[in-house]
Amino acid sequence: MFYREAGDFKTSYTDDNQTFPIKFDRYRYYVVLAVAFGIIPFLINDYWANAFLLPFLIYSIAAIGLNILTGYCGQVSLGTGGFMAVGAYACYKLMTAFPDVNIFFHVIAAGGVTAIVCTAFGLPSLRIKGFYLAVATLAAQFFLVWLFNKVSWFYNYSASGQINAPERTVFGVPVTGANTEAWATYLFCLVFLAISAIIARNLTRGMQGRKWMAIRDMDIAAEIIGVNPMRAKLSAFAVSGFFIGISGALFFAVYLGAVEVGEVFGIQKSFLVLFMIIIGGLGSIFGSFAGAAFLVLLPVALKLVGVDLLGWPTDIVAHIQLIIVGALIIIFLIAEPHGIAQLWRVAKEKLRLWPFPH
Amino acid sequence: MPEQLVFAMEVFLNGLMAGVLYALVALGFVLIFKASGIFNYAQGVMALFSAMTLVGIMKGQVPFAHVINAIFGTDVHYFGWTVPALLAIILTVAVMVLFAWAVQKYIFRHLVGQEPIILFMATIGLAYFLEGVGDLMWNSEIKKLDVGLPQGINEAIDNYTFNIFDYGFFIDNLDIVATLIAALLVGGLVIFSQYSKEGRAMRAVADDHQAALSVGVSLNFIWIMVWSVAGFVALVAGIMWGTKSGVQFSLSLIALKALPVLMLGGFTSIPGAIVGGLIIGVGEKLFEFAIGPMVGGATENWFAYVLALIFLVFRPQGLFGEKIIERV
Amino acid sequence: MKMKLPAMALSALMIASPVMADLVFPSLSYRTGPYAAGGIPFADGYADYFTMLNARDGGIGGVEARVLECETGYNTEKGVECYESTKGEGALVYQPLSTGITYQLIPKATADGIAIHSMGYGRTSAANGKVFSNVFNYPANYWNGASGAVNYLMSQGDISGKKVALVYHNSAYGKEPIRTLEELSAKHGYDLTLIPVDHPGQEQKSQWLQIRREKPDYVIMYGWGVMNQVAVQEAANIRFNMENFIGIWWSGSENDVLPAGDKANGYKALTFHGVGSDFPVFADIQKHVVDTGSAAGAGDQIGTVLYNRGLYAAMLAAEAVKTAQEIHGVADINPAQMRDGMEALEITEEKMAGLGLPGFGPSFKVSCENHGGPGLVGMTQWDAAAKTWSLVSDFSESDMDVIQPLIDADSMAYAAENKIEAGC
Repeated sequence: MFYREAGDFKTSYTDDNQTFPIKFDRYRYYVVLAVAFGIIPFLINDYWANAFLLPFLIYSIAAIGLNILTGYCGQVSLGTGGFMAVGAYACYKLMTAFPDVNIFFHVIAAGGVTAIVCTAFGLPSLRIKGFYLAVATLAAQFFLVWLFNKVSWFYNYSASGQINAPERTVFGVPVTGANTEAWATYLFCLVFLAISAIIARNLTRGMQGRKWMAIRDMDIAAEIIGVNPMRAKLSAFAVSGFFIGISGALFFAVYLGAVEVGEVFGIQKSFLVLFMIIIGGLGSIFGSFAGAAFLVLLPVALKLVGVDLLGWPTDIVAHIQLIIVGALIIIFLIAEPHGIAQLWRVAKEKLRLWPFPH
Repeated sequence: MPEQLVFAMEVFLNGLMAGVLYALVALGFVLIFKASGIFNYAQGVMALFSAMTLVGIMKGQVPFAHVINAIFGTDVHYFGWTVPALLAIILTVAVMVLFAWAVQKYIFRHLVGQEPIILFMATIGLAYFLEGVGDLMWNSEIKKLDVGLPQGINEAIDNYTFNIFDYGFFIDNLDIVATLIAALLVGGLVIFSQYSKEGRAMRAVADDHQAALSVGVSLNFIWIMVWSVAGFVALVAGIMWGTKSGVQFSLSLIALKALPVLMLGGFTSIPGAIVGGLIIGVGEKLFEFAIGPMVGGATENWFAYVLALIFLVFRPQGLFGEKIIERV
Repeated sequence: MKMKLPAMALSALMIASPVMADLVFPSLSYRTGPYAAGGIPFADGYADYFTMLNARDGGIGGVEARVLECETGYNTEKGVECYESTKGEGALVYQPLSTGITYQLIPKATADGIAIHSMGYGRTSAANGKVFSNVFNYPANYWNGASGAVNYLMSQGDISGKKVALVYHNSAYGKEPIRTLEELSAKHGYDLTLIPVDHPGQEQKSQWLQIRREKPDYVIMYGWGVMNQVAVQEAANIRFNMENFIGIWWSGSENDVLPAGDKANGYKALTFHGVGSDFPVFADIQKHVVDTGSAAGAGDQIGTVLYNRGLYAAMLAAEAVKTAQEIHGVADINPAQMRDGMEALEITEEKMAGLGLPGFGPSFKVSCENHGGPGLVGMTQWDAAAKTWSLVSDFSESDMDVIQPLIDADSMAYAAENKIEAGC
């Protein structure tokens, strides 16, 4: 009834090419933005920010990054944890080396550094692919973690080997360090997420995205029709590295504030982000959000129900939580192998016909 | 003979032994991948689970004791009997077969024909699930595992090499046993797949599902069989590693040691897994010995991957891979 | 047979009604995950001691203690969630129980005015109370441990010219003792070899072959998780003399030596609290906690090293509450008062004896400048036949002449980086 193309006349090519061609979609998008920017910051408290919203926002950026590489360009990567570490350490070095520059630019620059590192580790993708490439990217994961642990320059020779985010402000409001307000950190991450999502969405809709998808679907055919596989693959690594670097920088500077590389950016992180995009949906920006939300919210929600509501012992709840997450992943895959994003798509198709499905 | 060379020889031999253990873990992956195209992330957790089950049966632990106690307010922990190692191993194998059957019936039968990454994801779900069940069932303490395998330095080799080089080599008895068992296992697998009806059916399935189906091979049966064999291999790996460190959560991480082996040897080749394991074992130990001290040590984790990566860049089909497979 | 889980669910719903005054002690435990075996006994000990106080004395100074358990699985992010979800309940002091979570919470808890007690872990330089106003790491830290090990070796014989190897977990935690050991090696003239083991430490053949080749006289280990069990086993395999093998306190629990069986006999580990269950307080725990069925765990952990450590942490927290109650003259103290209590805490022989824990830990006094205490550490040894640890040395001084400058340097660097004004 509300969700249909009919009656929504486009009079220019720009209109025709917009991100959300359906009116309902467009308004929904504006409403989401308005709520996220205009309402949530007034309601938010420390618990909501640190337990749900910040990890959700930051993981979403990482998931968008990985989704570009894996979902759009078909290059499976298990080096996400290591690349996030690059972002975090780059941000730390920049923050401490240039304390007067705004943190906003440090985060962007950290993304840039990660893009370079990620491209370098993407070089083997020109020779190998599939699971072999996935395992090869593990080399990046282990090597980077080892490097940040070993070379004390990266943590400014501190005796503890940990990096701590000093206080930095944006427009006079602290966003890192101890004295942050929940709304400020939230908005800071949200801005990055919104910009990342818009960039990613438009990249994947444009020529670059089509090249990536051509490589993903069949690399030889893509080459024949004139896609340069080297450029396409490496550009995917670079763009993906940029987003992952930003998320790593935010993860360290805004969310955690103190990081030890092996513990926070270990192999588990790589797997976690990969789970997010598979559960959410490969090759879908919305899927990145959905997957991140699912894996951030579900464990906390289960914990709240088990421990706080039912009062069960924490260890039994934690074990049952593992079982439920595992079972849900399997059930999900059996019911809908293409992730939450596919459910969303199906729902939209249904909506188009509703209320007269025939 | 210069001292460094003698040391290097000792490191080399130990690398070979470590490589056998890596190969043992990799073997489990290869079996399942070959027959069903599933990259089984849960292999490490299966090793953990089977070793936990083995210890639990041997000690006569009550499964799910913690949950039972929490629900009913009882205080049960042990049945009060102990089971001899051999019987316990047989019982554990039975549990793993049951597990294989359940995995096939409830998960992968519903996922036939899906993309590899979806199947991979399903095994990750399985790994979570099994991890939770294992801990609930047998609790999360570190358990001592003793099935009577010898451990410690091998005196004969120590004395023999001492007479030759003036320096006794250290070879762990457990590693020697592991090597023998791995050799038996591989030999057994080769004979099984070459000469038995089921084994040939398994190879047929690996070659071409459709063709195998059309000549009357039951895919369901083969897949249950493959998962059972992989479960058995996981048990063997679990026993070997568990004897050394006690049975505990970290056993599930040994899968990470097997991945570079798989890259090197190929996901589908049993001899590849063995040779790959040996190369990785020797390579990482020698690198740690020769270069490690210069860069600060603890290089083994990443070097194995880098070694495999460099190798693959020059030879994308792997050690024994056929020329044209999906690698570029 | 009583239905415990449903009953718990019911009672939890009823608890939702307004609560009386109580003292909240969050326990960020890890009963699951890779280090569960170490987390369970600590959490049990921590909870059982407070349960015992509530049952025996009606709480602390007449106010009930409430332990809020939150499962972290040793995961930093879950630790953040736990902190945020428990701090609103009036949490008095946090035991983060993981170095990562401690680092995490140092700025946060300081801003919120809640105290952190990272006992034998966490940020070593937090001992400098001038910079870290809300962080306490008495009675001993990693650097005290390293120095204590060297002092112990020197008490066994001349150490100059001897070779000492440090086998360490290749992480921030494992690298903690390196600077101290290097300074001490310059001072006492021993050779130090550094041997890192990468996480998780399942495979340590290279490292132990190196030890076998280089034949160090002593090995000191800073290990964690599976690394400990494998190291003890490999040391036994190469027939390294267990008498000369010393672990830090996180490498010295029953879990670490039991898998190696008899061959682990003689292995030593540092400690800062008593071992065994030969203390009067355990009778009270048996009577008020275990026998009434309110034990936190299965009750099989009582008297193990890590259980005692949890109990010790709870005891120190309870004593700090008492001190705070005395200072401020109120029974239901708030977090800021708790911090004052911790800063004025004094543990003496008489006090411990009065608590039923004679000689359980070192005597020490916390001050505004020094949040780490004097750093007294003792040595324990494993008896494989009896399956018990026993204390083989007194709690003795570590070399603060070497450690204090390191603490000052690191904490001042932190202060400069974060623009903290030195207090006191």
